Amino acid sequence: MTDLSHIRNFSIVAHIDHGKSTLADRLIQMTDTVAERDMKEQMLDAMDIERERGITIKANTVRIDYTAVDGEQYVLNLIDTPGHVDFAYEVSRSMRAVEGSLLVVDSTQGVEAQTLANVYQAIDANHEIVPVLNKIDLPATDCDRVAEQIEDVIGIDASDAIRVSAKTGVGIRETLEAIIHRLPAPTGDRDAPLKAMLVDSWYDAYLGVVVLVRIMDGVLKKGDRVRMMQNGSVHHVDRIGVFRPAMTVVDQLGPGEIGFLTASIKQVRDTKVGDTITHEKRGTDKPLPGFKPSVPVVFCGLFPVDNAEFEDLRDAIEKLALNDASFSYEMETSAALGFGFRCGFLGLLHLEVIRDRIEREYDIDLITTAPSVIYHIYGRDGEVTELHNPADMPDPSTIDHIEEPRIKATILVPDDFLGDVLKLCQDRRGIQMDLTYAGSRAMVVYDLPLNEVVFDFYDRLKSVTKGYASFDYQLLGYRTDNLVKMQVLVNDEPVDALSTMVHRDRAEQRGRAMCEKLKDLIPRHMFKIPIQAAIGGKVIARETLAALRKDVTAKCYGGDVTRKKKLLEKQKAGKKKMRQFGKVEIPQQAFISALKMDS
Amino acid sequence: MIEDWQNAGFAIYIHWPFCEAKCPYCDFNSHVSQFIDQSRWRRAYLSEIDRLGREFPGRTLSTVFFGGGTPSLMDPDTVGHILERIRATWPISNNFEVTLEANPSSSEVGRFRALRDAGVNRLSLGVQALHDDDLRRLGRLHDVEAALRAISISQQTFPRSSFDLIYGRQGQTLSAWKSELDRALDMAAGHLSLYELTIEPGTMFAKRKAAGKLNGLPDEDLAIALFEETGARTAKAGIENYEVSNYAADGNACEHNLIYWRYGDFAGIGPGAHGRLTVNGLKRATTEPKAPIPWLKSVENGAGEALIEDLGPEDQADEYLMMSLRLTEGMDLDRYHAIAGKSVSQSEIARLEELGLLQSGENGLRITTKGRPLTDAIVSSLIAAG
Ligand SMILES: Nc1nc2c(ncn2[C@@H]2O[C@H](COP(=O)(O)OP(=O)(O)OP(=O)(O)O)[C@@H](O)[C@H]2O)c(=O)[nH]1
Ligand SMILES: C[S@@+](CC[C@H](N)C(=O)[O-])C[C@H]1O[C@@H](n2cnc3c(N)ncnc32)[C@H](O)[C@@H]1O
Ligand code: SF4
Ligand SMILES: [Mg+2]
Repeated sequence: MTDLSHIRNFSIVAHIDHGKSTLADRLIQMTDTVAERDMKEQMLDAMDIERERGITIKANTVRIDYTAVDGEQYVLNLIDTPGHVDFAYEVSRSMRAVEGSLLVVDSTQGVEAQTLANVYQAIDANHEIVPVLNKIDLPATDCDRVAEQIEDVIGIDASDAIRVSAKTGVGIRETLEAIIHRLPAPTGDRDAPLKAMLVDSWYDAYLGVVVLVRIMDGVLKKGDRVRMMQNGSVHHVDRIGVFRPAMTVVDQLGPGEIGFLTASIKQVRDTKVGDTITHEKRGTDKPLPGFKPSVPVVFCGLFPVDNAEFEDLRDAIEKLALNDASFSYEMETSAALGFGFRCGFLGLLHLEVIRDRIEREYDIDLITTAPSVIYHIYGRDGEVTELHNPADMPDPSTIDHIEEPRIKATILVPDDFLGDVLKLCQDRRGIQMDLTYAGSRAMVVYDLPLNEVVFDFYDRLKSVTKGYASFDYQLLGYRTDNLVKMQVLVNDEPVDALSTMVHRDRAEQRGRAMCEKLKDLIPRHMFKIPIQAAIGGKVIARETLAALRKDVTAKCYGGDVTRKKKLLEKQKAGKKKMRQFGKVEIPQQAFISALKMDS
Repeated sequence: MIEDWQNAGFAIYIHWPFCEAKCPYCDFNSHVSQFIDQSRWRRAYLSEIDRLGREFPGRTLSTVFFGGGTPSLMDPDTVGHILERIRATWPISNNFEVTLEANPSSSEVGRFRALRDAGVNRLSLGVQALHDDDLRRLGRLHDVEAALRAISISQQTFPRSSFDLIYGRQGQTLSAWKSELDRALDMAAGHLSLYELTIEPGTMFAKRKAAGKLNGLPDEDLAIALFEETGARTAKAGIENYEVSNYAADGNACEHNLIYWRYGDFAGIGPGAHGRLTVNGLKRATTEPKAPIPWLKSVENGAGEALIEDLGPEDQADEYLMMSLRLTEGMDLDRYHAIAGKSVSQSEIARLEELGLLQSGENGLRITTKGRPLTDAIVSSLIAAG
């Protein structure tokens, strides 16, 4: 147990890809926390999907022993956090467990939307903030400009920002010194009743549920009996330890320390993030304030391509949900797609990550239906229902009005692209809330319907700004609008999985775009196929997919049998990725691509 | 009980992998080589015949086909030795057919006679086009004049003779093809192979197409018009379409190729040659090494086969369906059932019949004239439904 004055707890926050995880690597390396031969790049990003995409999804904690320049011994607990907006919740709760933040800003890029979002969270959490200008090894680095920007846009002093290269290791020593000299030590009373914050929890195949805790007051020891204050459940602590970054057992954890406990807990569900853990006897009666729960905002159906794999899918989803409380699911049946699950996600990246993991780790091919948000349906009878799935939309004659979720979107963009961004937001039914400049960058704040954002807003934003814009959002609340359900009929059969909620004024345009898209996505069949969009019974757009007219191999002799046969087998496998709607086969990809819009 | 292959017969395919030059559209296993040790090749072919004779004795052999490459470049003496050894190994059917593929550029009268005397009784000439410019664009070494001479010598020399044309060539109009085809029909001796130009992956044409340098290829409308016109004109001339790209007067169809399409048994000898041979009721798919020298070495080490795979009932049935539906005569549904142990999907047949693409009756199933340009799509939907 370390004296409070020699502990520093901090999170590393930044916009996506500004180098948080790489900086964490260097801090770990320079303090000899990990043997040189065990070092690898972004070593805290342990999940396959994190390594493959080169991004952090889950916050990670490491305890570092640091001998300062003045010879004093310190214990540093760092939490590396994800940069992507979908995982902002990971950042906010990590911040509750520490007293300071290293705000990393890529010195070749400058302040971006998540830089801002994170700073505001850090200020909210009363953090001391140390700005770190990273990537100074790159030729495009411009620390003076970025420091100025930090002062202008964020309003914090950047005169003593540390200039580092997390790649080469320049400035790492200075960073460590700044941590001990500029960040506050934690406070706490070791003689007070135990008060530990449940920061995170996850399932480990060997240990069961592992609980990440920050001790506020008191001392936690192995063998203690502890109580979760929210549900009153009592557990016997069978192991406590810290991350270096490998799990390392210790005897006790005192105030200001961050570590883990295991207590033969079977399900992650039994551990509520933000809960307060205290001793069963002589516990505290003053729980910590807790966290705002993370809520799924984007919903879609996941169906196995092969109906026989439904049980496997259930199994996969249950396992993933064990470790990811922000992901919700319930069973869903679709006329066309059979049995599947309606799942809720924090955003589109979260959706993609979960989908990829199911496909890869569990080897199940999936059909993903149109992403949707939660609508509030006010019935004429005065009842309010939540609509998660356009397919479940009640008869319009029973509806009084519909409300949809709106967001406050903050976009940072170089001047040159401002016009395109404004047009995009306007096209997506946005209402401008603010527009300010900092140097040659504009900060645009828009009130936007979430459903206009979930499909492909981010892709579009990236493409109209050549990747130079950054984007962050927060939910604002619900507002009434003229919303209708648009159905898609392929060869006169309704395809429920392609139903979407749209604004009435945009329905024709959307319908036309959707029909045109589908015309390209559905392969030609041996007959012509009408593709229609309709509201209620009324067709608002129509395209015709011409019949396939020619598909024949000119030469096929004895030597070609095997090759042709292989081709047929490939087609057969390809057909498994298709779904039959009446006489028409629709490829799985169509369900995803059809919903991306080009304007 | 007869084995399934006996519905169609037993054939031998011999592959000669060399050409004088590589044509830019061609993806056959053909190579250009300066030095070819004809006697080493002869020994290899004979040794494979001996091996197959031991493994498959006593069958009546219906046909032999020398394909390539350009087998007309083979030493006629080698052809003679091969045929002699084959006759000594298997009983020969009454109307034994021996076809050889020839290029007009290697078709001196003397060589044709020698090939006939060696036992070849059907010649298939690769004419490809009746326009000099087009022949050049196709990378052919001969001109129209040489082709016409070759056709005439071939017809005088061999009891049966056919030639190949490729249509859908760069810049070819419908009316140009009509008159070219009429000219060909005037000369034809009961059989023609008329192929739509296919841009095969890996060929020089494919590369040029990818680079946007292969202009004037027909669009879908023109391609269909060319195909339909070909069917109409040949029929009028009494040389009728009996397989997607093959046309014959009554009784003139290529028996050897019919064995493929009727899914008989065939042995494949030579580099890259494929075989289908029934062993204990299972169809064995064989492949020989593709490159010439490795093939020779493999034969010299005992056996030419590089790959053997036994096909189960379902694979066999799929292959039967795929091959036989290429024929105008179509397929036999009872035979399919006997191979597969199940029927072709009735509902899929009904669906395709409704579209006018397929016609069934008396246990037979055939693709209609309307369905012909969609042969592959029909086959794949029948197989996928099964
Ligand atoms: N040249 C250079 N590249 C760097 C530096 N720091 C990080 N990078 C590179 O920047 C990319 C992003 O780095 P990460 O450490 O994964 O960034 P992150 O902020 O953790 O990203 P997320 O967790 O996805 O938000 C990687 O390719 C790093 O190698 C640096 O100082 N110099
Ligand atoms: C093995 S080749 C012919 C033999 C001989 N070497 C010759 O070229 O004359 C068989 C026939 O297939 C046809 N053929 C080859 N490649 C083709 C292609 N890419 N598209 C259409 N027909 C092709 C030609 O008509 C050719 O005559
Ligand atoms: S078309 Fe004939 S001559 Fe030309 S390369 Fe192919 S096999 Fe040889
Ligand atoms: Mg990271």
